[in-house]
Amino acid sequence: MAKIVGGVATTHVPSIGKAIADKKENDPYWQPFFRGFDYVHDWLARQKPDIAVVFYNDHGLNFFLDKLPTFAVGAAGEYRNQDEGWGIPVSRSIAGDPALSWHVINALVNDEFDITMCQDMLIDHAVTIPMTLMWPGEKWPVKIVPISINTVQHPLPSLKRCLALGRSVGRAIESYPQDLRVMVVGTGGLSHQLDGKRAGFINKEFDQLCMDKLSGEPDTLTRYTVHDVVAEAGAQGVEFLNWMAMRGALLGQVTELHRNYHIPISNTAAATVVLENGEGAERRAA
Amino acid sequence: MTQDIPGTTMFDGDQAQKGFALNRMCFSFNSAENRAAFLNDEDAYCRKFALSDAQRAAVKSRDVLRMIEAGGNVYYLAKLAGIFGLNVQDIGAQQTGTTVEEFKAKLVAAGR
Repeated sequence: MAKIVGGVATTHVPSIGKAIADKKENDPYWQPFFRGFDYVHDWLARQKPDIAVVFYNDHGLNFFLDKLPTFAVGAAGEYRNQDEGWGIPVSRSIAGDPALSWHVINALVNDEFDITMCQDMLIDHAVTIPMTLMWPGEKWPVKIVPISINTVQHPLPSLKRCLALGRSVGRAIESYPQDLRVMVVGTGGLSHQLDGKRAGFINKEFDQLCMDKLSGEPDTLTRYTVHDVVAEAGAQGVEFLNWMAMRGALLGQVTELHRNYHIPISNTAAATVVLENGEGAERRAA
Repeated sequence: MTQDIPGTTMFDGDQAQKGFALNRMCFSFNSAENRAAFLNDEDAYCRKFALSDAQRAAVKSRDVLRMIEAGGNVYYLAKLAGIFGLNVQDIGAQQTGTTVEEFKAKLVAAGR
């Protein structure tokens, strides 16, 4: 049976892609962020996942505002990146696992999540940057199942719904008959705001509260509405929805193994966490 | 339009309807060919996407707050800003009426 080994959440700011291309990882500005990945690399080397299920939000590469799914699951054999218009290098493609994707799709719809199915889906920096951060300069050793969550055009799904989505994905994976080692990834955040007179807004206290509750008490965060999250974490801080979905997929005893938090990277409070999915269950029926 | 969070415009159904033409034009800037076409003849390019008068004026002014007022979504506007070599610190400074250095200093201060 497939096993979920744990999860990684990380910021996905586009300029990280530029910094990698320009080899600036050890510059004083970037080093506090990149050094947070040393632990992640060791953890990945120990865990050797075969699959990464990536919860992320598309920023106008695959989806425009004409047809914007709340939740979309990729079911392609290969996912391509393309020019996103803001000058970051185009990433190489990432392999998919269509059989696992369809298993997840069937399970989600059976669980009454009315998702969109994508047999052809471009992936943007919100997938490619975390992948490059986790496996820098090498061939990616995993195949991916990308799951896109709308964090762009309101109304957005609630934190509660994203946590439930993640739990459904977690149950789907644990019921998959192949012996695969699966990790889950949540990308984006934490607090930041790019637009309006409040541009540059960052809220360290709220970010820390979210990270403190994420591993052990994620349900307590569902009392925040999306509107609350915009108020507390900034207009783009709602990318925390991806973190909630990632956390939901971890159905075992969850322990935070690593946390790196640094302000600022670009306009963002940058954060990286590694969560272990231990034995002993918090498995839920719904 | 929800405006109850100070300095924040929720990109909701009202904004999405208002900004559709402008955001569609910015979506086209994922292509280098289209970015070149915009630079080559901005008026013609904006006409092709049927921008409203307010959107055309906002784009002409290069004023991000005016573009948001006209329904622009920041992820799409960032593709337009990229044509002029402006990043999110540049547009952050513009929107908050500070210099880029002051804006960056404010971000650093948020970490203390």
